[in-house]
Amino acid sequence: MLIGVIAIQGDVSEHVHAIDNALAQRGENADIVEIKHSGIVPECDAIVLPGGESTTLGRLLLKEGISEEIKQAAAAGIPVMGTCAGLILLAQRGDSQVAKTHQHLLGLMNTQVNRNAFGRQRDSFETDLELPFLDSSYRAVFIRAPAIIDYGQDVEILSKIDDRVVAARQGNVLALAFHPELTDDLRVHQYFLDMVKGN
Amino acid sequence: MELENLRHGTELIKRGFAKMQKGGVIMDVTNADQARIAEEAGAVAVMALQAVPADIRKAGGVARMADPVIVSEIVETVTIPVMGKARIGHFVEAEILEALGVDMVDESEVLTPADNKYHIDKTQFTVPFVCGARNLGEALRRINEGAAMIRTKGEAGTGDVSEAVKHMKKIMGEVRELAGKNKEELMMVAREIEAPIELLMETAEMQRLPVVNFAAGGIATPADAALMMRLGSDGVFVGSGIFKAENPEQMASAIVEAVNNYDNPEVLAEVSKGIGAGMKGQSVDSIPEEQILQTRGW
Repeated sequence: MLIGVIAIQGDVSEHVHAIDNALAQRGENADIVEIKHSGIVPECDAIVLPGGESTTLGRLLLKEGISEEIKQAAAAGIPVMGTCAGLILLAQRGDSQVAKTHQHLLGLMNTQVNRNAFGRQRDSFETDLELPFLDSSYRAVFIRAPAIIDYGQDVEILSKIDDRVVAARQGNVLALAFHPELTDDLRVHQYFLDMVKGN
Repeated sequence: MELENLRHGTELIKRGFAKMQKGGVIMDVTNADQARIAEEAGAVAVMALQAVPADIRKAGGVARMADPVIVSEIVETVTIPVMGKARIGHFVEAEILEALGVDMVDESEVLTPADNKYHIDKTQFTVPFVCGARNLGEALRRINEGAAMIRTKGEAGTGDVSEAVKHMKKIMGEVRELAGKNKEELMMVAREIEAPIELLMETAEMQRLPVVNFAAGGIATPADAALMMRLGSDGVFVGSGIFKAENPEQMASAIVEAVNNYDNPEVLAEVSKGIGAGMKGQSVDSIPEEQILQTRGW
């Protein structure tokens, strides 16, 4: 099994470590590859879009030709997880900010996002979140976090803060507004590995 | 959701913000137009300041925090994070920048220090801080004061990358030297380099600085930026190098692509073509000692 982490910009090594540790917890082996250029995504059994700056990431995904490869992989049923900036890139529709910066979106989920739904860095926060696939609450770290503000019926809502959706799934695509890779709690990565294993 | 249950400004959030900048280019801008150009070019953040270091150097006098009107305009204009420079030890400038909505404060030796003995107690702020360092001891002292990100000092405003290279090699080398040392040996190193022992032990264990480390000071070309990435930096700050270049738009895009492809000389060759002349610059050796910026900070 080969798990690809998009490594253009952002907290890539944190995701690699988290996946590595999550695999070790399960007693399973898989190869993890950092993806900076086209040609690797089609070989992968799972794709992770890490946190970073979505404007920068979107622009370079397009430029490197990785964007189209991710769309094809997702259409073929390969599990894709996007965290923070990743949640933005997975969306079909953005807010006025997305339009203003001509941001490139992958459009893999029937969602509309608000890029800085909770404010600037001084408003970034940690909070306990309830997730339906976990039996106890999860400490989630939100950094200049986005949120899903509108979605189609095909989108399964996993968690909300007020009326803002911070975790959602549409088939093989998982979008999270927070950063599971920044804490030692690997349960969200385990959930994604379950998706990869088809459970 | 109970708002009082949200925890703001934790170490995890501050260091986490810095991690999101990894692999990116942070550009100095002095107005909203420049900020827009930086964002279009793919900068991960912009640094708002009154004048780029090359102009600060030329102008002389006391260099201070940027005009809040300009900072606010930049905050309003771009969607990427905005950083702002405060003088070393000037915690009130830092508070003002935080109040303006700036996402990270740079306690910077490029401005004239406000305190010749103490740095800002950065743990008292909700927003994270980045601080300059020339060696491991300096970096760990700043982290101990609460810095969530370190940047090598280099020599700002020169376009001469040699000092940035020196500082990055020094820090990376000092980290490597910690490998295999036992606790009593590490305690001796901590004394010598005036660093807190806990942070030094953490660094030895991780074999890297406990926070993100960017390169800064004198980066003027795509090749300079790629060089700093090859030396192990997590990303780069570019100051005068962009808006003192012949064609800032092209230089900015080329440097972003160079950081993304730092290990691919063929791509670097392509992105370095046709971007116009870089900033004129001046070699560090030609600068009188009293005008050297990197020695500010203690």
